[in-house]
Amino acid sequence: MTDTPNVVTMRGIVKRFPGVLASDHVDFDLRRGEIHALLGENGAGKSTLMNILAGLYRADAGAIEVHGKAVQFGSPRQAIQAGIGMIHQHFMLVPSQSVTENILLGLTHPRFWLRLAENERVVSELGERFGLKVDPKAKIWQLSVGEQQRVEILKMLYRGADVLILDEPTAVLGPQETEQLFKTLRNMTQQGKSIIFISHKLNEVMSIADRVTVMRRGRVTAADVATKGSTTAELARLMVGRDVLFRVHREAQEPGPVVLQIEDLHADNDRGVPALRGLSLEVRAGEIVGLAGVAGNGQRELSEVITGLRRAKSGRVRLNGENLTNQPVRKAIERGLAHVPEDRNKVGSSPNLSLTDNLIMKQYAEEPIGRGWRLDAGEAAAFANRLKHSYEISAPSVETQARLLSGGNLQRLILAREISTKPKAMIAMQPTQGLDVGAVEVVHNLLLEQRKQGVAILLVSEELEELLSLSDRIAVIYEGTIVGDVESGDVEWIGQLMTGSSGAL
Amino acid sequence: MDPTIILQAGVASGTVLLFATIGEIFAERAGVLNLGVEGMMLMGAMTAFSVALLTGNAWLGVLAAMLVAGLLSQLHALITIHLQADQVVSGLALTFVGTGLSLVFGEGLSKAGGGALIEPFSIPLLASIPVVGPIFFANQSPLVYLGYLLAPAAWYYVYHTRPGMNLRAVGEYPAAADSMGVNIYRLRYLYVFVGGVLAGLAGATISLAVSPGWFSELTTSGQGWIAVGLVIFAQWNPLRAMFGAYAFGALRRLILDIQGPTVLFGARNPFFYNPYLGFFLQMLPYAFTIIILVLGSREAVRNRLGAPAALGLPYVRGERGR
Repeated sequence: MTDTPNVVTMRGIVKRFPGVLASDHVDFDLRRGEIHALLGENGAGKSTLMNILAGLYRADAGAIEVHGKAVQFGSPRQAIQAGIGMIHQHFMLVPSQSVTENILLGLTHPRFWLRLAENERVVSELGERFGLKVDPKAKIWQLSVGEQQRVEILKMLYRGADVLILDEPTAVLGPQETEQLFKTLRNMTQQGKSIIFISHKLNEVMSIADRVTVMRRGRVTAADVATKGSTTAELARLMVGRDVLFRVHREAQEPGPVVLQIEDLHADNDRGVPALRGLSLEVRAGEIVGLAGVAGNGQRELSEVITGLRRAKSGRVRLNGENLTNQPVRKAIERGLAHVPEDRNKVGSSPNLSLTDNLIMKQYAEEPIGRGWRLDAGEAAAFANRLKHSYEISAPSVETQARLLSGGNLQRLILAREISTKPKAMIAMQPTQGLDVGAVEVVHNLLLEQRKQGVAILLVSEELEELLSLSDRIAVIYEGTIVGDVESGDVEWIGQLMTGSSGAL
Repeated sequence: MDPTIILQAGVASGTVLLFATIGEIFAERAGVLNLGVEGMMLMGAMTAFSVALLTGNAWLGVLAAMLVAGLLSQLHALITIHLQADQVVSGLALTFVGTGLSLVFGEGLSKAGGGALIEPFSIPLLASIPVVGPIFFANQSPLVYLGYLLAPAAWYYVYHTRPGMNLRAVGEYPAAADSMGVNIYRLRYLYVFVGGVLAGLAGATISLAVSPGWFSELTTSGQGWIAVGLVIFAQWNPLRAMFGAYAFGALRRLILDIQGPTVLFGARNPFFYNPYLGFFLQMLPYAFTIIILVLGSREAVRNRLGAPAALGLPYVRGERGR
């Protein structure tokens, strides 16, 4: 085949979950010293395949070879012993323990005494060698997300892993941190490590990977694609099976009067620490304002204060001039504020209720669905069927429980419900997070349609590209205040603002 | 009303709380709340007294108590770890089971007369240190001396050894420990067992050393609950538990002693003449426990005190991350 021997060879891997064939005779191979991207939409079977390689799942059929030897892993521990370490999307770190303690967790040596000082030295040497700088004495909760990721990588390196699997590693990082991670990954391949990079972000795959394997619906649709000589559009077609429009069609339009007005807002987070520190922002009719920022800088608190779910300590939220600060949620809804929450499954919908119940949640009190204290089940079902049809929510019937919907369909349901209230303003938190490319397109088009209708939209997202393509303006939030208002798509400047490294504070 | 005697007796009766508290700290550090401490202590006290009476060997009684209470704790472990039932409900049930069983098996035991007891002794040299000597090292039970060693050893184990680190990880973020090959289920069973064994030791300490005899449920008179409260007060730290246990022990003794004399500080002693005031005083440790438990059940307070994050939550593999 090639002069570089395969570190990992997987042949004919089959994995069945109840009702789904998550992996359908998949072949995969990894060469020494390469960065190999596993590209696909959510639910394409990328993580399943890699969980099999990392010993978390057992394949129903197929063979795995590591360094030319046939292996079968019954647990992650066995995989790690064979040199394969996986870094999961959700970090597996104990927040109250130190970096070194987390790295030593579960090892059989040191047997009884911890000898922390000695191991701290080993950890910092290891970090220096691979460009993963982190204070070995620091407690995990004191670290940024990027640093925590470094600890996860160090954990695997400490165990002698020479194959690293990273599951969507950039999902939690800002642009600068992502750049830093990519530098580290390149450095590691130069030292003989081989890396599997799971992602659905085409641009990142193009910039970091040497080769790409594309998966769709549990199958490999393209293997051994070199990133040199391919284009993003080609990869996208392989990934979703059809051409995807990358440029969303956003017509120029003059924004109207100010609809949503936020002035000098202060609020605490759940732990009683100030999360919003004098935040001011305006959104006009027919305008999408993108709120960019690294997660945890007050985005969630802001959306909760605007929608009435969290108390503001001071400051004002006005909708069309009317004060909404610390008013009942009901009032905001009645005045025309739509909310697409971050957590679709627990806040955005009630998983055990039917589609109908979820769809009428904002209309049940009004005619014709609500008649006095009574609900008209017939009208409710008709209303739900209408929305299900026009928003193409795919489900057996409107009596289906919401929890059975896929992420994309659930988001359609939520948008259908919110848009059906004919809102004046809309707060959309991470509306496309975790959705596949097709569903993202639907959400984007719905948002743009609302913009055309003159709705003032505040779009909160961690996907810069999404913000750049949809927003008329981008406001950058950092530590609870707006640190910059950017009209053109200056990504680097936004990145600096997001990480507080602009000196603009 | 001799302060030395109050403190000396306080350390002795505080040893009961110390064992039970440290046991519960181990269980809770592993993520399992066991409200059955009172029941396990009663079983321990009853078993220890019976076995000592039958065999004439008090130490056999202690061992039997630890074993029986340890076995009883495994009922809670099975229900909460494998069957994933609510830990509060199961723990309360365990107290009822332990109380009921000990009353049945202990029937007639209070009239059975005295058996072998664990005799106190003084430690030469140390006992002659002024102030400290008479309180801590004179005429104390060997079990009290054991407590002096157990608390620091438990502290060192939790914070400075590898199994201790695994224990903390299991109670904080079991998914992380699991992904690194730590056997969550085995460790949780083990530390619930340790908690039971130490509760049994606490029970044996009452019936064979501190206030010898079997007085049905009055033997423990709710000290198991005080221990559960002390765990929060101690912030899950065995050394702080030592301080809390002795302080509570001394407080209990002070409340008893203050009702004795007719004259207090040169005046008529109200606690002697008015029995209701005495009852009020006796209530205080329990009222305090309730306050600690109520405060300690608040999420914000728990976080600030450093409660194990996974305390009370069954661990199911696959529900990884959150």
